Amino acid sequence: MAEAQSTLVDARRAAEVRERRARWLLLAPALLTIGIFGLFPLTITLIYSFLSPGTYGGVTWEFSTDAYVQFLFERDIFDGTLEFSSTYLQIYGRSIGLAFVATVGALIIGFPTAYFIASKPPEQRNVWLFLITLPFWTNLLIRTYAVLLIIRDEGIINLGLINAGLIDRPISILYTDTAVFIGLIYSYLPFMVLPLYASLEKLDFRLVEAAYDLYATRFQVLRRIIVPAAKPGIVAGSILVFIPGLGAYITPTLLGGGKELMIGNLIALQFGSSRNWPFGSAAALILMAVVMVALLIYVRNASREGGNHG
Amino acid sequence: MADAAAPAAAAPAGRRARLRTDLRHQPGFTPMAWVCIVFLYAPIAVLIAFSFNDNRSVVRWTEFSFRWYVEAFGNEGIRNATVISFQVATVATLFSTIFATMAALATTRTRPYRGQTLAYAIVNQPLMVPEIVTAVATLALFTIIKKATGITGIGYLMLAHTVFCIPFAYMPIRARLEDMNLTLEQAAADLYAPPFQVFRRVTLPLLMPGIFAGVMLAFVVSLDDVIITLLVAGPGETTLPIYILGQIRRGITPEINAVSTLLLGLSLIFVTLFFLIGKQRKT
Amino acid sequence: MQQRTDTPGADRAMVQAERVTKTFGRGADGVTALDDVSVTIRENEFFTLLGPSGCGKTTLLRLIAGFELPSAGRILLDGAEIGHLPPYRRPVNTVFQNYALFPHMTVAQNIAFGLEMQGKPTAEIGGTVARMLDLVKMERLADRRTDQLSGGQQQRVALARALAPHPKVLLLDEPLSALDLKLRKEMQIELKRLQNETGITFVFVTHDQEEALTMSDRIAVMATGEILQVGTPKDIYNHPARRFVADFIGDINILDVDLDKIDEGRGVVRLPGGATASAALPEAEMRPGAVSVAIRPENVLLTGPEDGARTATGEIERVVYFGSAHNVHIRLDDGPPIVARAPHAPGGAGDRAGVILPDEHLQVLVD
Ligand SMILES: Nc1ncnc2c1ncn2[C@@H]1O[C@H](COP(=O)(O)OP(=O)(O)OP(=O)(O)O)[C@@H](O)[C@H]1O
Ligand SMILES: [Mg+2]
Repeated sequence: MAEAQSTLVDARRAAEVRERRARWLLLAPALLTIGIFGLFPLTITLIYSFLSPGTYGGVTWEFSTDAYVQFLFERDIFDGTLEFSSTYLQIYGRSIGLAFVATVGALIIGFPTAYFIASKPPEQRNVWLFLITLPFWTNLLIRTYAVLLIIRDEGIINLGLINAGLIDRPISILYTDTAVFIGLIYSYLPFMVLPLYASLEKLDFRLVEAAYDLYATRFQVLRRIIVPAAKPGIVAGSILVFIPGLGAYITPTLLGGGKELMIGNLIALQFGSSRNWPFGSAAALILMAVVMVALLIYVRNASREGGNHG
Repeated sequence: MADAAAPAAAAPAGRRARLRTDLRHQPGFTPMAWVCIVFLYAPIAVLIAFSFNDNRSVVRWTEFSFRWYVEAFGNEGIRNATVISFQVATVATLFSTIFATMAALATTRTRPYRGQTLAYAIVNQPLMVPEIVTAVATLALFTIIKKATGITGIGYLMLAHTVFCIPFAYMPIRARLEDMNLTLEQAAADLYAPPFQVFRRVTLPLLMPGIFAGVMLAFVVSLDDVIITLLVAGPGETTLPIYILGQIRRGITPEINAVSTLLLGLSLIFVTLFFLIGKQRKT
Repeated sequence: MQQRTDTPGADRAMVQAERVTKTFGRGADGVTALDDVSVTIRENEFFTLLGPSGCGKTTLLRLIAGFELPSAGRILLDGAEIGHLPPYRRPVNTVFQNYALFPHMTVAQNIAFGLEMQGKPTAEIGGTVARMLDLVKMERLADRRTDQLSGGQQQRVALARALAPHPKVLLLDEPLSALDLKLRKEMQIELKRLQNETGITFVFVTHDQEEALTMSDRIAVMATGEILQVGTPKDIYNHPARRFVADFIGDINILDVDLDKIDEGRGVVRLPGGATASAALPEAEMRPGAVSVAIRPENVLLTGPEDGARTATGEIERVVYFGSAHNVHIRLDDGPPIVARAPHAPGGAGDRAGVILPDEHLQVLVD
């Protein structure tokens, strides 16, 4: 009996060891690849942000906090004194502002759309969802270029308006904040619709009926029943639009025309023609920090939602 | 469509009555949904239309023609970029799908274990960091490696693509595995199949649609990448999107419309395949 | 039912569980699915595990199949310890509740799978598959994909697949529960036939008592991780040892009575109406005092209200007709209600009636 128990224990232990070994062997390639070439580089960025820029790009191994100081101050070329400068703060402010406005815009278009899809019969919903998701999987650069094509001065919108006699000279949209705003909504709209749909789809329409039964108007039903039900979707969708919008590179590059910088351009520029890798690294890390804050707000919000309903 | 047979004049009235009684209806929502679809597709439609326009000015429609496609195919820069794009996408897809499949096998259908959440977070890490940050960080690492080893080449670009393709390939494979009926594998073991045979004869064939879907996604994502490629690619490693970006900066030509349409079509084919494969889920 | 008792080797143990315990999870939120269970299943037997949902039937089956390892105890197959072996090294096959047919293989490929894995030569595999298809009458559907089969057909394929490698034991976990009633009756007969033809030991799980009674050579009644009683269907039905078993299987009257003394292996009890009777005792040790006795409605004799010393009298509360007979609900004068089954109703609600509880059908229960 004692012997039997020990073979059993052995068998169980051997099975466990085998399972654990197999598991980590299976995970190793993905984890190592991403760990070494995805995570580890972020550490390098952190280190670089505390070094000095090399003359031809790269860094020289001298400790320096200049990269961070540079955000708020400008060093006088002649006497080396620091003077407050809001150039970079403005770029961050602009980026946050643009991403935020685009998020609101996406919400205004996305919410009715998601609700509309959720109220369709199930077979039709899939077609609509497919249509909404499809553009997301096509090339962002090309989609942005397509937007550029129609909003430029000789684009279809302006030509149409001129031909209709509504305006006699083109409205300049391209290379303005409006263009970036349109481009951002266009790029990330599916990110808003999908989570909104996911939470609206779960809405029990009997609640809506009950509300009507209790003399609510359509607007009251919307405000008191539908929007609260969609709240997790609103939060998730907003985060999903805000975060990539904040780090956008292609949209401001093509539609903002390079004059109107966003964070993405600023970072890329430092690693390109400006040759200030430490400053670029610091800028990237600060972007990450802003993203983390947004994510944290989201996670806290999501867990609070869970708690309330639990 | 029940009222299709009704007199034409009665139809709109009936529709309005139905909307008023349909409790789900909210005024203005339906038009907004259509606005959304038009907004999403109109620019693409214009782009595609003008790629068939027989006119250099790209402003006014003149005549239908394949002229710009012929020119695009004749353009050596485009041909080279296409080859590079496919090389990079193929290698990245191959490795990322294999790695993602392995990782998915290790993170699904087990009792929770220590490190599982961490493993999951690491696999999805490339999705959580803004692409521009990944791009510069990867550039920094590769510069160090290049300086230390002297090795150069397109391998770096392939590696960078592999990294961000992993989470995309992982998604459908993991979903498929989670849908998969665990008792099928138990049935195989019960019928004397040792673990490797269970995998080869049962798990893998049933997982295949998920893996195909993963391949499609990884390929599309690699093919479409701009930012990371832009920073990481060495000289002569111009992929199609990078080529297009360069051309757009130089000025709008109908040739770009043609190439863009082709790339768009390519993505659409892959993604549609992905959805179709995904539809026949159910084991 | 017991025609095999006199065939040689019929009593040889095929599966033995010795003091098997299975706990899922650890510490405070661990669930004990099996608690110190011992049972012996004999060669060639149609053995049924019967019990309510969650009592551990599936768990016991999975321990025998090797999908779970026991927390303690031993499992022997044909005398050899197998509790620690993985499923693919146990000569035991399973018919799963939802059949678990491989959707990417044809019927024939499904049946051949186990044989291939055993490394049988191709020619032999072909022959065995053909025989199995014949056995379950599925020859014409050999090349069908399994998702194009009806429930009954899938069931047959699952059986053929599990029988093809000729296992020592076939485990069946509620294989009939997904079928409609008519098909279910057919498959019950079919299963019995297959067991007779193959001579393989069947371990069958069900929570349907009627199914268990009609099909089994022996039944183990389980509740909350324990085996309460093992016996032939007749034993279980006529002489339930535990109150739970009596309650779980069929309709039964349970009366609270006093056990006066134990006399020649039978218990002398005082029945309602004052008569004493001699009731069968369970195997457990009994002491005089308050006990329960059970008697099936069909064993309760209906008499006139005035008959004899052994008669308990009462008033008919209602009569329920259900096709082949009547259930007569009587409230005895001293209190307890009792149900008698009779072809003809002796009267209507409100009429007086008497009942006799024959000694040979009275069974004392352990709570
Ligand atoms: N893998 C598991 N993890 C945790 N608990 C489990 C597991 N499997 C079974 N249990 C628990 O063990 C107990 C017995 O389960 P089991 O499946 O053996 O019951 P059963 O008799 O087959 O019931 P049913 O008739 O519903 O199939 C139940 O309380 C169940 O919740
Ligand atoms: Mg069960």
